Amino acid sequence: MDSSRYIAKHVVNLPKSGIRDFFEIVSKMKDVISLGIGEPDFDTPWHIREAGIYALEKGKTHYTSNLGLVELRRAINKYVEKNYSVSYRPEDEVIITVGVSEALDLACRALINPGDKVMFHQPCYVSYHPSITLTHGIAVPVPTFAKDNFALTVEALRAAWQPGCKLLMLNLPCNPTGGTCDRAQVEAIAKFAVEKDLIVLSDEIYSELTFEGVHTSIASIPGMKERTIFLHGFSKAFAMTGWRIGYACGPAGLIEAMMKVHQYSMLCASIISQEAAIEALLRGEDAMKKMRDQYHRRRDFIVRRFNEIGLKCHLPRGSFYAFPDVSVTGLNEKDFAVSLLQAEKVAMVPGTAFGANGAGFCRACFATSYEQLIEASNRIERHVQSSAKK
Amino acid sequence: MKPIVKLLLEGGSLNTAQMAQVLKLSEAEVNRQLDELKKEGVLLGVRPVLNLSQEDSGLVRAVIEVRITPERGGGYNRLAERISRFDEVESCYLMSGGYDLLVFVNGASLQRVAAFVSEKLSTIEGVLSTATHFMLRSYKENSFLIEGKAAENERLKVSP
Repeated sequence: MDSSRYIAKHVVNLPKSGIRDFFEIVSKMKDVISLGIGEPDFDTPWHIREAGIYALEKGKTHYTSNLGLVELRRAINKYVEKNYSVSYRPEDEVIITVGVSEALDLACRALINPGDKVMFHQPCYVSYHPSITLTHGIAVPVPTFAKDNFALTVEALRAAWQPGCKLLMLNLPCNPTGGTCDRAQVEAIAKFAVEKDLIVLSDEIYSELTFEGVHTSIASIPGMKERTIFLHGFSKAFAMTGWRIGYACGPAGLIEAMMKVHQYSMLCASIISQEAAIEALLRGEDAMKKMRDQYHRRRDFIVRRFNEIGLKCHLPRGSFYAFPDVSVTGLNEKDFAVSLLQAEKVAMVPGTAFGANGAGFCRACFATSYEQLIEASNRIERHVQSSAKK
Repeated sequence: MKPIVKLLLEGGSLNTAQMAQVLKLSEAEVNRQLDELKKEGVLLGVRPVLNLSQEDSGLVRAVIEVRITPERGGGYNRLAERISRFDEVESCYLMSGGYDLLVFVNGASLQRVAAFVSEKLSTIEGVLSTATHFMLRSYKENSFLIEGKAAENERLKVSP
């Protein structure tokens, strides 16, 4: 029996993630230095893990309320108020989700009618486009450019906008480019969102990992709280990827709508992860800053090395990704990544995995040890030189 | 904190050539800066951290609480420095609380360590009392776990 004919059309038409293709190749090879990873190299700080263990010991093995533990929502209110200058009522403006990915999915499912148009900047995280497609929305990509250090500009937004646009997804700092926007740029985007009556889904998962200047949340711009869903989680800043824990904050009506979808699909996030997340917010700041400082210095090293090698690379202001331009080698990003992998056993992800306009770039994650970064950069240098000779 | 000190603390086991690459200095300059740190007394030395239970070294380690009489002019310093000079003494700290010095000692056998305490340490003029605790097992050494995790944690090789 041909089972494929039973699959929903919009799922059949969903393209396979470029990351998965590349993963298939890399996973078959041994002794690869991988700069293709999208998560911290640190394990979750022990005091946070210990809080999870303690929760289990105390019999915290039950459902929580759909919105999540009220203690965690209170802690989120305090944390967001302190670090993002915007306040959300724990009672009805905060929902705990299974990673920021679920929060994004909930927002899409709660807000998108079939045919609604959703703007998002590209290159971007791999799930944005599919999240829109799966909810029968129409994706409207907005390009960002190396010349702007991959910041999102209002000019690009204006050029891409079309009637019927309802939502704008932001991811600042951005995976895979590390690009972000300063306050003036965020204010300009906010003004545009008000002008075009857009609801903003702001995924700020990398915001703690901002190395220069201060991160500005669009939700904190006057007039924006009412039209913004602030999406965040614990994966990157607190090295908690495997715990699958995130949250969304926004106007009570929108959170209520997201909660409806959440209660019928996920019910609630894991209580163990919620308990650990409380510990992360209350006492995790020192460990988080320590990790950030290390990413910062590793970023300085790897970006300098890319530029020395001749692969032009802007300084990513946030995240743990560098996004060097590999077109100087004469190869496209895929051929470069594959040949680098075969010749030198270093993995970088081709930029087109994050959207068509990632062409010519590769993503290099610098959340890995100095030894690995040094060795990887030397191998990349050798590969670029030997490619040039050909 | 100087960049090279930060790197020493965080870079673990980088050799000087690797340090030079990270700091964008020549290897000679890295060596010069390391020498300077030694001269300044900031960098006391570099030692490997070993799991001695694996080596079956027979090494016996003890922690000794020592009460001493402070002296006019120097407080505890003269006696503490005198005790620190013994080769058997690994570390020596002045403490608040029920005793004055906490002395980490090692020796080739129980008898050697016992002899050090009874013949050398306790007989020093000004040492009022000692309480010796022998170490049975080590779980963490200088921030390294003895039952350590694998060097590379189990991350997927490529992830979004």
